[in-house]
This record gives sequence, structure tokens and C-alpha cells, in this order.
Amino acid sequence: MNYLHDFLQLLLFLILLIPLSYILGNFFAKVFQGEKHFLQPVLGKFENFLYRFSGIDTQHQMDWKEYTINLLIFNFFGFLFLVALQLSQQFLPFNPQHLPKVDLLLAINTAVSFVTNTNWQSYAGETTLSYFVQMAGMAVQNFLSAATGIAVMVALIRGIATRNGKTIGNFWNDVTKSVLYILLPLSIIFSIILLSQGVVDTFSHYVTAVTIEGQKQIIPLGPVASQVAIKQLGTNGGGFFNTNSAFPFENPTPLSNFLEVLSILLIPASLVFTYGKMLGSKKHAWTIFGVMLFVFLAGLAVSYYSEISYNHVFNTQKIMEGKELRFGIFNSVLWSTATTVASNGSVNSMISSLSPISGLIAMLNIQLGEIIFGGVGAGLYGMFLFIVITVFISGLMVGRTPEYLGKKIEAYEIKWSILAVLLPSIAILFFSSVAVVSKNGLSSLLNKGPHGLSEILYAFTSAAGNNGSAFAGLNTNTNFYNILMSIAMLIGRYGVIVPVLAVAGSLVKKNIAPATSGTLATDNFMFAFLLVAVILIVGALTFFPVLSIGPFLEHLLMQSGITF
Amino acid sequence: MLFPSVKSSLKFLIIFTVLLGAAYPFAIYFAGQIFFPDKANGSLFIQDGKIKGSYLIAQEFKDDKYFHPRPSAINYNPLPSGASNLSETSALLLKEYERRKKIFIQENSLSDPVKLPDEMLFASASGVDPDISKESAYLQTKRITNARNFNKLQGRQLLSLIDSVAEPPQFGVIGNEVVNVLKLNIKLDEMSK
Repeated sequence: MNYLHDFLQLLLFLILLIPLSYILGNFFAKVFQGEKHFLQPVLGKFENFLYRFSGIDTQHQMDWKEYTINLLIFNFFGFLFLVALQLSQQFLPFNPQHLPKVDLLLAINTAVSFVTNTNWQSYAGETTLSYFVQMAGMAVQNFLSAATGIAVMVALIRGIATRNGKTIGNFWNDVTKSVLYILLPLSIIFSIILLSQGVVDTFSHYVTAVTIEGQKQIIPLGPVASQVAIKQLGTNGGGFFNTNSAFPFENPTPLSNFLEVLSILLIPASLVFTYGKMLGSKKHAWTIFGVMLFVFLAGLAVSYYSEISYNHVFNTQKIMEGKELRFGIFNSVLWSTATTVASNGSVNSMISSLSPISGLIAMLNIQLGEIIFGGVGAGLYGMFLFIVITVFISGLMVGRTPEYLGKKIEAYEIKWSILAVLLPSIAILFFSSVAVVSKNGLSSLLNKGPHGLSEILYAFTSAAGNNGSAFAGLNTNTNFYNILMSIAMLIGRYGVIVPVLAVAGSLVKKNIAPATSGTLATDNFMFAFLLVAVILIVGALTFFPVLSIGPFLEHLLMQSGITF
Repeated sequence: MLFPSVKSSLKFLIIFTVLLGAAYPFAIYFAGQIFFPDKANGSLFIQDGKIKGSYLIAQEFKDDKYFHPRPSAINYNPLPSGASNLSETSALLLKEYERRKKIFIQENSLSDPVKLPDEMLFASASGVDPDISKESAYLQTKRITNARNFNKLQGRQLLSLIDSVAEPPQFGVIGNEVVNVLKLNIKLDEMSK
């Protein structure tokens, strides 16, 4: 094993990630503050055309309720459209494999999954969805669900930054700007790079090859490059093919892999700096960034260490089951860590075949709320909830009314924040419990022993966390899982968005008090320490019991060489 | 308040579907067909006008006279692609592992205690991992030399063939050194002609 080589790859990753996200983050702030920027002359006219066509008055500012209702209606139509496309794909163009219509429950599950930015896949793309549905359906929601996340975050920022106001912005305006100035330009650049590495992009039907030894091999194709770019940038993760970014046509080279991991964290990391810039506190942004980077690297270190440790069942140090050779161990765990902190459901190795502790880290990353960089927009507004809780707890300790950036944090904000943290956790634990005591839940298992529990727990964690990655042994294309997981995905998405917008709506009305010597500083090491502590304690207290009888138990048994 | 939102939602969805679901993918499609046509169409290996596979997708090689790829959980049939998803405490995986080990040692007439390359004993993630390591290729040369009745000189040429096909980490840092099995076997056939 070449540890130095792995370390150099990590270093290169960070050297690219940090400056790039700083630059992009400041650019995004310009976009949302309505300042002039270089893309405006190019796309400004098109933006205005969009508003005119849709009959939207961008001057109209919305209060939190109107903002939320518009968001929900828009997402709901996105959902209906996706279901309709899947049910009628046999009549639609660009279906060279003549794939039949998708079953109703699977179609609903998939639609919920893409609208909520989860991208859980109970289906295998290459044998289920036509090119048309992938493009006009899935890819569009990849953009729009990510844009929805950014919109909520920007609305929240306005809630914090505005003094004695009422409104938190215009939903349509925020979505449009997110798509036109952030997601689309980056996707175009990234698609071209992917093409240069060998990602396929064609409308031709699948190719039938006769191999050198004379066997028939059907090779699936499709308009893939454009899809992969946005699936990574938008922290979506829904693969064109069943094995997602492990499949060579989605991720052909180490370089494509490296850039795909980078693009997973790029926008979430950038938005931290957008947040700091728009709130006028760059130091606060660096504090949040530091917390995220620390938890990310800690998880990565544990995951990596566990993968390179000697395995007592196989008597080797390098388990390559479910991994691709061109990526190797390091790039596989870098990917599994980055995707699970960031709510991206793509995989380049099979998480189910990772070591139990690597699987645990992946699961825990999602269970902490995917606030370490997190989903596009979603990560930061999730982190905001934890900041509110930290400020509140610290306030209790010193006996002062908690404040955040000059705004008083009161019972109303705390209640909504706690609700938003609890809802996904309850969904994970409750639905997993239902699954492990029911025949329908257990009949889908592949692996026996504690790994079986991990499979179920991971599925609901992934759904409620809107992540989308999987311990893919579990067959979730059953009515039982399609229904329960759809509900979990909805709770995990809107059970957080609505409370966040409610808090934004409440904060916007408050005055901004100047900081005094008694104000808890939110931009120093002490605060970073408290924030990390709150995140880990909340996550650990909620999930430690079940993790200890799932992946942790499996780890102990494995160390004694026990198999199932 | 609701009615205008519904109307705007629908119009918004229509125009974004046109932009993101048609204009964007078509633009990328044309870019691919113009600038990287071979890659965009699947990096296909075409011989005498016939498609014989893709350089990026492993195909099955069972014959002794060819280099063998990594094990596949889907028997190299990517419709759909897939992995075993077995855990590290799976008795089934352990059985498979021992079986593959035995076969690899037998096929290549290796002495038992040799350290085998792990990727040849474990199935890949995609089921069609096109690469093996240099070490795995070296270990297979004895079998191929015998099967093809190579003389000593050709045997040495075989080793340098592996080195010439091997791709180092990109920019010297990113990823692992790999040998593409299909490329290697094509070169091998050329060399034997």
C-alpha cells in the first residue's frame, strides 16, 4: 500500500476544493445580491424572457408562507410530471430499447426521489428508463431540486440579514438565478471535461458486440455526460446506469473520478462563503467551513483506516470486492465519505461491501443531517439549525438570551429547529423498526447477520436524509419499501424545508441588536468547538444504540473471523 | 394567491424542461459528437467492420491464451450492471474468494504461498471493470506462453507488451496504475500473428 500516494491525492483534492469554493462562493453572492457579474450580459436577456413567459413579477417580494406555498406547488407539479413521463414512456420518443411503462408505485417512488433531491433508485436505469425520461424528466429535476435547495438557503439568509422586514424574497427569482448562473454553466463545463475522459453521450440504441472469444455482449449507451455532470454538481446522485459512477461509461478514468468527487462538494462548499458574504461575516463563514472540513476529514480518516486494516476473515489487507481497480481503496472511501456528507446518492464502489466501519461512517454522515457541506443549499440550512441549537444551549449555560448575528433566538425558532432535526431522525428509526419486525421488510435482505440490519437502516437513513446511496443488497423495489421510503423521503425534505422557512419568516421581523461584550461570538474557535460537540452529541445520542447492534457489532464479529 | 402560482409553476416547468431537458443535453450531445466522437459513442473496438466490444467495458476471456479480466458478479453482461453487494462477513463471499483463489493458482500453475493480487479474487463494482494490475498480468504470462507455444524471446516480448499497455496514474498522482485487458489482448493477438 502506498499511503503517501493516497495522502498526495487528498492534498490535491483540498488544494483545489478550498480556493475554488471561495471564488465561486463570492460569485454566487453577487448573483443573489443583484450585483453586476460577467454572466449577466450573456444570460440576462434570457432570464427576463423566462419571467415574461411565465408571468412572474420579480419585484414582488414574498413572506415565508407565500414562498413556501410556491415552492410546494412547483415541486408538486414536478412530481406529477415525472410520474406521467414514466407511465407513458412507451409512447414517447427516444426509447430505442422499447422499454415498457414503469410500474405505478415504482414510478411514484422514483418521482418523489428525484423531486426531493434524494435520487434513491429502486430501479436499474439501463433496463427501466428511456433516454427521453432520463433527459426530460430526471435531469430536469436534478437541476430544479438543487435550485430549490439553494433558493431556501438564500431565503434564509435574507431572513437573518434583513432588519424589521416581512419578506424573504421571490421564489421564482431565486430558482431561476440558481439554475442559470450556477448550475447550468458549471454543468456545461463539467460535461465537456467528462466527454474528454470517455463518458458516453449518444442517442443510439444499445450496441450488440461479438467479443473476441465470440460471445454476445449488449453494451448499454445513452445521453450520459450531460446527466452525470448535473447529478454530481446538484448533489443528486441518480445514476444513468445501475452501478452509477462505478460503471465505466459514467466514470471512465481516475481523473473523471477525481473531478466528480470535487464537483460533489464544490457547490455546497462554495455556498458557505456565499452565506458569509451575504451576512457580512467572512470570519463566521470560515468558522463553519472549518467545522465542516474537520468532521469530513475525521470521518474520512476513520473510514480509510478501517479499509486498510488487516481483515481477519479474508486474511488480506485489501478487500477489492465491489471496488474498481482504477480508483482503488483511497478514491473509493473518499467518494463514500464525500457523497454521504453531501447528500449525493452516487457511488463508485459498493457501500455494502465496504468494511463495516466504513459503512458506519457513511451511515453516520447522513444521520448527522448531511450538514457537513451537505446537499446543495440543504446542507447549509441544515447546519443553520444546528447553529441555532448551539447558540441556544450556550445561551442557557451562561444565562443570556441567545442571539445569532444580532437576531434574538426565541422559543419559536427553537421549536421549529428542533422539529426539523427530529423529523428525519424519527422517520429513520421508526421505519427501520417497522421493517425489521415485518415479513415484507425482511424478505428483501441479501446479507445475513448484523449486516442485514445495516442494509435496512441504511435504506431509511438514505431516504430520510435525501441521500440516495444504498447498501444495494437490499431489494427495495417492492410495494413495502417503495411506499415507506417515499414517505421517508418526503418527511426528510419538506420536514426540514418548511421549518427552516418558518424560522426565516420569524427572524426577518426582528431587529438586529448590536453585538456587546456579552454576546456569544460565532466566529471563533470556541464556537467551532461547541458546534462540533452539539452535532456529534445529537447524532450520537440518537443513533448510537442502533449503530452498535448493526455495523459496530459486525465489525467485532468480523475481527473474530465470524461469517454468516 | 394560489391560482397565479399554479399557472406560473406550469409555465416554469415547461420552459425549464425545454431548456434543461432538451437544449442542454442536445448541446452536450453535439459537442461530444463533434469533439470526441469515438469516446461519446462508447470507445468501441471495431475490427473488420464488426463491433467486438468496448475498451471501457470488460468482456469475458476464458481461453488460456488470453489475459483474464477481474471476476464479475454479472458474468460480464451489463444489462443491468451490478456487483455482488456481499458484506465482509458473508460466508458466501468467503467461499467465492477461496474458489477464485484456487482457480487462479491452478490456471496459472503458481506455487501456493504466492501473494495473489486482490483484484483477481474479488468481483468489481460495475461487473465490467476493464482493468487489472500489472502484477496480475505478469502472473498470467506463463499460462499464455504455454498456450501459444511462445519461445523465450516472445516470452520476454510479452512482458514488455504489458509494460507498454500499462497506464500510470493520471498526472502521476491521480488513481492507480492499470492495464486494460482488452487492449492487452488485442496487442497480444497482433504479436502472435
